Amino acid sequence: MAAKNDASSAILLHRPAFDWGNVVVHILLPLSGVLVALLIGAIMLLILGVNPIGAYGAMVNGAVGSVSGITQSLVEATPLLFVGLGICIAFRASVINIGAEGQIMLGAIAATWFPLTFHTWPGWLLLPATLIVGFVAGAGWGFVPGILKARLQVNEILSTIMMNAIATQLLYLLIRGPLMDPAGVAAGTFLAQSARLPQQVWMPRLIPQTLLHAGAILAVLLALVVYFFLWRTTIGYRIRAVGLNPDASRYAGIVVPLYQALAMTLAGGLAGLAGAVEVIGVQHRLLDGITSGYGFTGIVAALLGGLHPLGLIPASILFGGLLVGANEMQRAVQVPSSLITAILGLVVLFVSGSAIWSRRWESQRKVSTREGEGTS
Amino acid sequence: MSTAISSAALIGILVSMINLATPLVYAAVGEIFAQTSGVVNLGVEGIMLLSGYAAFYVALNTGNLWLGLLTAAIVGLVLGLLMSLVSVTLKAEQGISGIGLYMFGLGMSSLLFKIMIGTVKTIDGFQAVKIPWVGDLPVIGPILFRHSIPVYGAFLLVPVAWWVLSRTTLGLQIRSVGQNPAAADSLGIHVDRIRYFSVCLGSVLAGIAGASLSIALVNLFQDNLTAGQGFIAVALVYFGGWSPWGVMGGALLFSIVNSIQLWMQVLGVKIPSDFAVMLPYLMTIAALMVTVNRARQPAALNKPFERGEN
Repeated sequence: MAAKNDASSAILLHRPAFDWGNVVVHILLPLSGVLVALLIGAIMLLILGVNPIGAYGAMVNGAVGSVSGITQSLVEATPLLFVGLGICIAFRASVINIGAEGQIMLGAIAATWFPLTFHTWPGWLLLPATLIVGFVAGAGWGFVPGILKARLQVNEILSTIMMNAIATQLLYLLIRGPLMDPAGVAAGTFLAQSARLPQQVWMPRLIPQTLLHAGAILAVLLALVVYFFLWRTTIGYRIRAVGLNPDASRYAGIVVPLYQALAMTLAGGLAGLAGAVEVIGVQHRLLDGITSGYGFTGIVAALLGGLHPLGLIPASILFGGLLVGANEMQRAVQVPSSLITAILGLVVLFVSGSAIWSRRWESQRKVSTREGEGTS
Repeated sequence: MSTAISSAALIGILVSMINLATPLVYAAVGEIFAQTSGVVNLGVEGIMLLSGYAAFYVALNTGNLWLGLLTAAIVGLVLGLLMSLVSVTLKAEQGISGIGLYMFGLGMSSLLFKIMIGTVKTIDGFQAVKIPWVGDLPVIGPILFRHSIPVYGAFLLVPVAWWVLSRTTLGLQIRSVGQNPAAADSLGIHVDRIRYFSVCLGSVLAGIAGASLSIALVNLFQDNLTAGQGFIAVALVYFGGWSPWGVMGGALLFSIVNSIQLWMQVLGVKIPSDFAVMLPYLMTIAALMVTVNRARQPAALNKPFERGEN
């Protein structure tokens, strides 16, 4: 509580009134990064002898050209929003969590094992319990690199990347072993997937005949919770303070490594929820490739959303649409969807590179605000 | 255990240790240059992938391995310039820009591979060159002196990199902009120019690392060929305490465990293959945990330089 009276909190908690500079720096600048990346993608397609208008046309058509396209975009946006919320918390604490991919897998594994084991439980109990178990599993997978950074200064970027690779192997091991579908074993197909989950744990569908499920609403609600957590609670305040200025935070009595480990654990938990929701909302079983790269796309969405839980909602929908569109592009005009991975990489480069202008703008505004206070 | 390790198996393990270490040595020594100048380049994995693809594509279509190697170096240089532009000139958060470069390399190499090549093909890569006289020595000959030229190059690079970094004016300048860029700047050293040079040199070496995989060691290209080796190389830089010799030692240690593991699978020792595949990643985390020489870490690592700050 004492920290809230810190002079720096005036800046940390300072929320500007609406102004156009804000819109340009935080919305138009990142969005133009996406446009430039798509433009470079178009040039690459042209060099490869593919008609970019046809390819991008198929992409747009796939994402928003039909009811099923739009709902599918929202389905894909859901895990991105969960992952991105965790990334917001971690990056705000200056912890670069690249491990969402592995954390999603752990959440998915736990959310498969749990309902298969406790399949006699009624749905009203089993569904929330499964979500909690998924969260805890992801949080555990995030806690490891978090505590390694806090205690042994292990670079969290590298450790989370390694944890991703380990989780991938763990998933293979389980769906070809202990979690393999007994029906597949009996039939001799030996498909690398788990048994189908009991129906009472399935997420309710929002629109019949589509995959859109209640997880989308849960994700939006959680965005509000994370916003409240980061800007209206002491722990959230400290997480942001640790990220903005670790030295000042230490001086104010905040145990910096503890809050960084906490941020990483929460990020892991939210990614774990993404995995759990993907299993009980969409696939209803554990499969190879359950993450669909959401762990990386979620990072890009979080960056584009300005590491803000509310900015993340439109950013997730944008990238959800991009992923759905990429699949349609691959199906309709045979352009590999790995083009999207390359474009996402360019978006990350542009958004991280263009941050210099928003930083300059912020510092100029701070100076002008202070001058304004001085004269009044 | 009845299958006692024969001397032939032992030689086999050591030969594959040298081979497995080669791309790691190139990439990690390159990363030492970037990090010593104060820039963490996490895009090494992406550079290795795209360069590895480029080298393979050129070698497949022209039959000229050297042209493939050169292409890989040029691709590395171009990506190094991109990384420098974002991380040095635009002062981006280096961890994030590196991940962007990784994703770009991963996606781009896969896209090009699927459109331009399509299926997994193999080529005749660089052949082993037996060094006269020493190559005929028992035991030592096959282990050390019957490799392809890119493999010799990796291990010759280590003393050269050590000499450049610790014994030349250029090395001193690289170290000074990584330790105290403001002081270096006041002495008239162009901080950004030295960092551009270091990142680009590191990226060229990462490019050669990718080519050493695709046209000298495994002689094929497929999606995600490197499988994390670029990130492991970055981890080895921490483990090796920013010294070329330390990094080489780390790469060899890492590779011998891997090659023993591979040989145990060949010999039919029962270990679940999934655990065996996890081993390099577990070892990398362990290596990061025992990084003891943190005092050697460049003081301005990961910190963009702006005149008039500090």
